[in-house]
Amino acid sequence: MADVPAPDGSDEQAPVGVAVRVRGVTKEFGSGGSLTKALRGVDLDVPYGELLILAGPSGCGKTTLVSIVAGTLEPTAGEVTVLGHDLVAMRRGRKVGFRRDNVGFVFQAYNLLPSLTAAENAAVPLLIAGWRRSLAVEAASAVLDELGLGDRLASLPSELSGGQQQRVAIARSLVHGPRLLVCDEPTSALDAENGRITMELIARIAVQPDRAVIVVTHDARVYSFADRIATMEDGRIDRVAAGPRGE
Amino acid sequence: MLWVAWKMLIGNRVKYLGIVFGVMFAALLIAQQASIFCGLMSLTVSQIRDVEGVDIWVMDRNVQFVDDVKPLSDTELFRVKGVPGVDWAVRFYKGIARARLQEGSYEQMILLGLDDATLVGAPDGVFMGSIAALRTPDAVIMDEAGYRRIWPGEPYRLGRVFEMNDRRAVVVGLTKASRTFQSFPIVYTRYSQAVLFAPPERKVLSFVLANAEPGVACEEVCRRITAQTGLQALTRQQFVWKTIRYYLAKTGIPVNFAITVLLGFIVGTAIAGQTFYLFTVENIRQFGALKAMGTGNGTILLMVLSQALQVGLVGYGVGVGLAALFGYAVARGQSRLSFFMPWQVLVIAAVAVFLIVLLASLLSIRKVLVVDPAIVFRG
Repeated sequence: MADVPAPDGSDEQAPVGVAVRVRGVTKEFGSGGSLTKALRGVDLDVPYGELLILAGPSGCGKTTLVSIVAGTLEPTAGEVTVLGHDLVAMRRGRKVGFRRDNVGFVFQAYNLLPSLTAAENAAVPLLIAGWRRSLAVEAASAVLDELGLGDRLASLPSELSGGQQQRVAIARSLVHGPRLLVCDEPTSALDAENGRITMELIARIAVQPDRAVIVVTHDARVYSFADRIATMEDGRIDRVAAGPRGE
Repeated sequence: MLWVAWKMLIGNRVKYLGIVFGVMFAALLIAQQASIFCGLMSLTVSQIRDVEGVDIWVMDRNVQFVDDVKPLSDTELFRVKGVPGVDWAVRFYKGIARARLQEGSYEQMILLGLDDATLVGAPDGVFMGSIAALRTPDAVIMDEAGYRRIWPGEPYRLGRVFEMNDRRAVVVGLTKASRTFQSFPIVYTRYSQAVLFAPPERKVLSFVLANAEPGVACEEVCRRITAQTGLQALTRQQFVWKTIRYYLAKTGIPVNFAITVLLGFIVGTAIAGQTFYLFTVENIRQFGALKAMGTGNGTILLMVLSQALQVGLVGYGVGVGLAALFGYAVARGQSRLSFFMPWQVLVIAAVAVFLIVLLASLLSIRKVLVVDPAIVFRG
């Protein structure tokens, strides 16, 4: 990989090249008469510094593909290399640590813990990594402040709007500095305005030269934020086109 | 992450209280019933425990428990005294006498006859009168229950006369005494007086009470007494356990209590288990999200176990506390219920609670360990 200066101007060089490489990946569920082929030989590259939108109708395999890339699902066949690691060869136990250290998630249903405050929820990845609670919450509070929720740190999820909850989820996905961010339908539970704000935040804050961002969506309103748009159909990548950001 | 587990647990107040209630119910029932059982068993041996200063009880070899008196010949006292290692030995009478009540009916009483010379076995709870007064003719020391039974509602007064087995008895002292299993009142008198109160029989000696010489083990002296006299000689503790074992083996008391304790265990497990499982199911997506974010199964397991342990501790504390409160209320009130909570009851309740929370959490543990982190990607 060629080196480029890190965005903060430090001597550490941000990686260049492909963050995610998928070759010939298939995924089958069930067996015999109930066999379902969710992926039928997918090839895909996602470079660092890119926001890739994975689009397509429901049931086309978007969620299955991103689950495999994130390391939460194993392919039936094919090669999956993420951040230089062969996920197919990686043991399940090591994948847990790999996700903890390298992957951030933004879920469709937020999946915030209802009894934790916004700051505590955002701190969860650091708590998983073994940080002391006070330090983890402090770090998470800084990220929430950057996302405009500095005055809602002590609020419970039930006291936040949908858009605010998703911003907490975004903070949670970024607090530990992951190099791969996976967003599964981040705007589908939001209205148009909050959806736009969410995608703006992801595009502005999440996309970094040393990070790849994959957004799974069937919401065409968010296509304008993409560097590239990969459209899936029936378990395959149908086409990959440059997005408005990448043009 | 254990802190996260704790916050998840108490975040749902209703479910949390439901789980705690299940555990508390079981702990309360187990501790309370076990304590009532222990109280009952302590009643069966109260007469042994109340005879202070005696290490060895000698009796007919067929005696099975303290109320199973089989009279001995008076000469047995001297045979016991002649056994090497016996420091002293005295006679002791135990029987049932009928006292005539004011209204004309009768009340059965436990009559204890103490050695005339030494008065060994005298009660140590005399609060009115004196033990020495037993040396006067027809003298008896009566327990509070007996006095209230014969003279209900009247203030305590010494010198009162009543009939016992058609003979005159004079109350020269009042004492506090442990309740007996039969709940009969207790009357103390001299041995020579007791045999006059008792129905005429050829043999009247109930027990020989003895102590071992200093430096000689009681068990060894008991063995020697048995070998030399053919009588059954038991240490105080041995006689206590022999009596308890009799009641355990020959009555339905332990089975009844065991059934109640078992029901408490089952119901507690069912309530706690069901509610804990519902709590886990409600939070399954959160557990899935935690797994997706890199929480290993080992940590997830610890989280669930810590939740189970937390409710176990709270439920145990509240349940046992309520049981103790019940015992305190029983002790203070006029209830005839016996209640005794030794440390063994607390340990048994703790073990039961531990098993309950372990069983209650098993289903939940299985559920969260097999949850696929990929479920969080489905809407």
